[in-house]
Amino acid sequence: MGARPLGQTADRPDVADPPLDVLVHARGLRKSYGQLEAVRGIDVTVRRGEAFGFLGPNGAGKSSTMRMIAAVSTASDGSLRVLGMDPATDGPAIRARLGVCPQDDTLDSELTVRENLLVYGRFFGLSRAEVARRADELLAFVQLGDRAGARVEQLSGGLKRRLTVARSLINEPELLMLDEPTTGLDPQARHLLWDRLFRLKQQGTTLLLTTHYMDEAEQLCDRLVVIDEGVIVAEGSPAQLIRDHSSREVCELRFGVDDHDGVAARLAHLGERVEVLPDRLLVYAADGESVAQAVHDLGLTPRSTLVRRSTLEDVFLRLTGRSLAD
Amino acid sequence: MSTGVVRPPLGRFAAQHLVARNYLVYRRDWVVFVTGFLEPLLYLLSIGLGIQQLVGDFVLADGSRVTYTEFVAPAMLAASAMNGSLFDATFGVFFKLKYEKVYDAVLATPLRPVDVAVGELVWSLLRAAVYAAAFVAFMAILGLTGSWWALLGPVAAVVIGYAFAGAGMALTTWMRSWQDFDFITLAVLPMFLFSATFFPLNRYPDGVQWLVQLTPLYHGVVLCRGLTTGALGVDLLVAVAYLVAMGSIGLAVSSRRLGTLLLR
Ligand SMILES: Nc1ncnc2c1ncn2[C@@H]1O[C@H](COP(=O)(O)OP(=O)(O)OP(=O)(O)O)[C@@H](O)[C@H]1O
Ligand SMILES: [Mg+2]
Repeated sequence: MGARPLGQTADRPDVADPPLDVLVHARGLRKSYGQLEAVRGIDVTVRRGEAFGFLGPNGAGKSSTMRMIAAVSTASDGSLRVLGMDPATDGPAIRARLGVCPQDDTLDSELTVRENLLVYGRFFGLSRAEVARRADELLAFVQLGDRAGARVEQLSGGLKRRLTVARSLINEPELLMLDEPTTGLDPQARHLLWDRLFRLKQQGTTLLLTTHYMDEAEQLCDRLVVIDEGVIVAEGSPAQLIRDHSSREVCELRFGVDDHDGVAARLAHLGERVEVLPDRLLVYAADGESVAQAVHDLGLTPRSTLVRRSTLEDVFLRLTGRSLAD
Repeated sequence: MSTGVVRPPLGRFAAQHLVARNYLVYRRDWVVFVTGFLEPLLYLLSIGLGIQQLVGDFVLADGSRVTYTEFVAPAMLAASAMNGSLFDATFGVFFKLKYEKVYDAVLATPLRPVDVAVGELVWSLLRAAVYAAAFVAFMAILGLTGSWWALLGPVAAVVIGYAFAGAGMALTTWMRSWQDFDFITLAVLPMFLFSATFFPLNRYPDGVQWLVQLTPLYHGVVLCRGLTTGALGVDLLVAVAYLVAMGSIGLAVSSRRLGTLLLR
């Protein structure tokens, strides 16, 4: 893959430990569940202070990877160092310094909102007074202060998510791991969460998150890997990925006809590439407007035309032949 | 890079925080807690008021004479320690494991599977001990305790609870649905009736006596009966060894199995 850690002996992970500012160092990491190989040899390097993302469709192996890094799942093969330690032997010491927001909320439904934070904080060995202080701070941070006494069952999905994020911060983690933090949230709640995560990043917390929303990846991640069927298919900053794997602009065309393939053949020469999706055609070109004009000049009349910049969605489509959304 | 010595962040009493969590939950559910006292007490009263008149006195192995109620009361103590500890260690653990997913969250912290197993076990035992203390107090009030050794009743209850909670939790890790718990009921009920609880061992047919002596509750009954009547013997030490071994095996299996189930 592209980025190697500071020219280290990364190909021989057992030879040298990764440098101090590398919080996650995975080489040839694999995970199998019986016959199924969910993660098939991935290399990842996450440095202190950055926001790193796993972008990929359902079943890509994102959560499996996250769980191995969080020291709650044993790797089937490969080498993994987290905070300079080996999850297989130093699980508790690693987990003490991580914040984990799992894909499915694992809140304690027998406790109230505030108690969830108090109890969880005690698991980290924090004093009662310290836990109480942080719980109130965090509830304010995720704007749940007025629901402190509510039972968790009474919270909506979005509020539960916010509480899970708050809970993951109770031990002031060096590395915050978020598995699809905003799935199922309404736009307003998403933006609130993004804002909170952004602030944490400003304060120096390293973020590691998975998502299948490209806008989320673009908003939050300094660097990301695109992962598909258990392997990394590309790596870089969002802008760099778009530059490397897509054109500057895209012209989206919707025709009323079923014969998208036939139309696509006639448009092929207008751009660098044409993708046929079930409901539209995408023509990739440096200048989308001139593509739209050229389509018109060919005598074709699309029902709608949209010119936009390339996004990570296009990168993903290019790399995997599939749309992220499905 | 070397981070130097990695110390376990919580030390060996990490499990206490899980106990505290359970306490927080049960504080709200005090009705459930209280009903636990009632069952053995009701048995005791019904026997003391009614059956005792029909049965007459008993002569124990050491030659001392006791009323029927004095004979049955320690068995009720043992049985309530069994039931009380089993409930949390089986249904309680299953619920948290499969439905509540409490342990998934717990294991994302420095706690380990063994801390979960120990925490749940200690919690079960605390309950058993509290029930037993209350029960022994009632026995004393009703004049059913023939010895100061009876003060060790709660300790006996903890030993019995350790055996059953450990084994029960271990079995629970293999349970797939609530139906599977019928197997536990199936094992507990005959034990309750036939562990020299209501009549002494020598009344069982010869071929069955050895079978009775194999069951854990029999040893629990021996232990409690020895303490409350003051008829002490080596069989109490055998009972303690049996129960402690059973609990320890259960605990070891539970913590391994929880690790396999949760840290996939
Ligand atoms: N505990 C498990 N036992 C068996 N198979 C599993 C287990 N966890 C995940 N898998 C399988 O491994 C593959 C990768 O799953 P994983 O949850 O890592 O994907 P993901 O990228 O997080 O997907 P999603 O976006 O849907 O969350 C899937 O095929 C999944 O069915
Ligand atoms: Mg996932």
